[in-house]
Amino acid sequence: MQDLVNIFIKSIFIDNMVFAYFLGMCSYLAVSKTVKTSVGMGAAVIFVLCVTVPTNYLLENYVLKEGALVWLGEGYENVDLSFLSFIMFIAVIASMVQLVEMIIEKFSPALYGSLGIFLPLIAVNCAILGGSLFMQERSDDITNITEATVFGLGSGIGWFLAIVGIAAIREKIRYSKVPAPLRGLGITFIITGLMGIAFMSFMGIKL
Amino acid sequence: MSEQQEALFSKKNRKLLSDPLDDNNPITIQVLGICSALAITVQLKPALVMAISAGVVMCVANVIVSLMRNLIPSRIRIIVQLVVIAALVILVDQILKAFVYDVSKELSVFVGLIITNCIIMGRLEAFALANKPWRSFLDGLGNAFGYGWILVAVAFFRELLGAGTLFGYPVLENLGLYDMGYENNGMMILPPMALVTVGIIIWIQRWKNRKLIES
Repeated sequence: MQDLVNIFIKSIFIDNMVFAYFLGMCSYLAVSKTVKTSVGMGAAVIFVLCVTVPTNYLLENYVLKEGALVWLGEGYENVDLSFLSFIMFIAVIASMVQLVEMIIEKFSPALYGSLGIFLPLIAVNCAILGGSLFMQERSDDITNITEATVFGLGSGIGWFLAIVGIAAIREKIRYSKVPAPLRGLGITFIITGLMGIAFMSFMGIKL
Repeated sequence: MSEQQEALFSKKNRKLLSDPLDDNNPITIQVLGICSALAITVQLKPALVMAISAGVVMCVANVIVSLMRNLIPSRIRIIVQLVVIAALVILVDQILKAFVYDVSKELSVFVGLIITNCIIMGRLEAFALANKPWRSFLDGLGNAFGYGWILVAVAFFRELLGAGTLFGYPVLENLGLYDMGYENNGMMILPPMALVTVGIIIWIQRWKNRKLIES
């Protein structure tokens, strides 16, 4: 239980997808013009991460890594398929997003309408692939599927916090006197930098 | 009506190469490819390797998708594009691991993240699906240069001010700036300063080119 809480807090604040690793920046900058769209996008990212990280964890441990295919038979001990990781992870992500899109369309057409084009675009959000790749890289910290799910959930929540935060700030600065060349994109970069500095205060925390 | 054979480097084609350098820069105007522009610009060498790798994938993917453009059904086009890009990135990753292993270790997950580099997907969707192979190649090349120069610019300042070196070569030490009292600015090496540096580049770019200012 202690491990799970550690992973959860670590992935939200200390290893924040946006401020520590700059993943998902494109949609972060493009979708954060209003808080409403940011909340929708953030929620979708949390959901997709929660589903794809454990699935890719299973794939990694039972198919891809060295010696993973041992359950097929003794002779498969030395088979190392990890070079296929990228294509397998992205295939899982693309299909999961397609599945999520179909489920949302069936059960909540209103939500589907409001998310619009952003739902399929989540497939190429680097935060999603990044989540799976980090899970693969940190195999000593993440040792079972529950931990993988908690890692996915935490990473998603961290991204959600970041995008809703910047959207709220952007809504407010619309009425401020920003120099013309900095208006819009430029000032958003600088503010994100400042938020990054603020999140650095979590850096030294050892859990 | 017979089609005029357009010169290989006609004015329209040259525009494809020059637009992404300033007017339609993938990072500062199209807002694509930001993640890698911030994450691996701590030093010049990985930034250059990343720019070249992503550039190669950009050009080749553009050509391949453009050649297939009439065969891809619209419903599955994202999956087809992702497969093309992923295959190319696996190739590039293996080449990097073989020839520049130390840099590929530094780039770690970010080589894989070239797959989700929005510039590549963005240009495939916006250009390669509707244009001929040679023009798509030029578009990929132009965007690769536009992306590359921003990466090199940010990495230049971050490495110079943050560590006093360029490509590992101790420039500031040889210029005698340490004796004058300059200390390595540790802040520049940290992630937030990359964001501020790009913000300043955007500021300068829009100040020089007034028509890029957002209303």
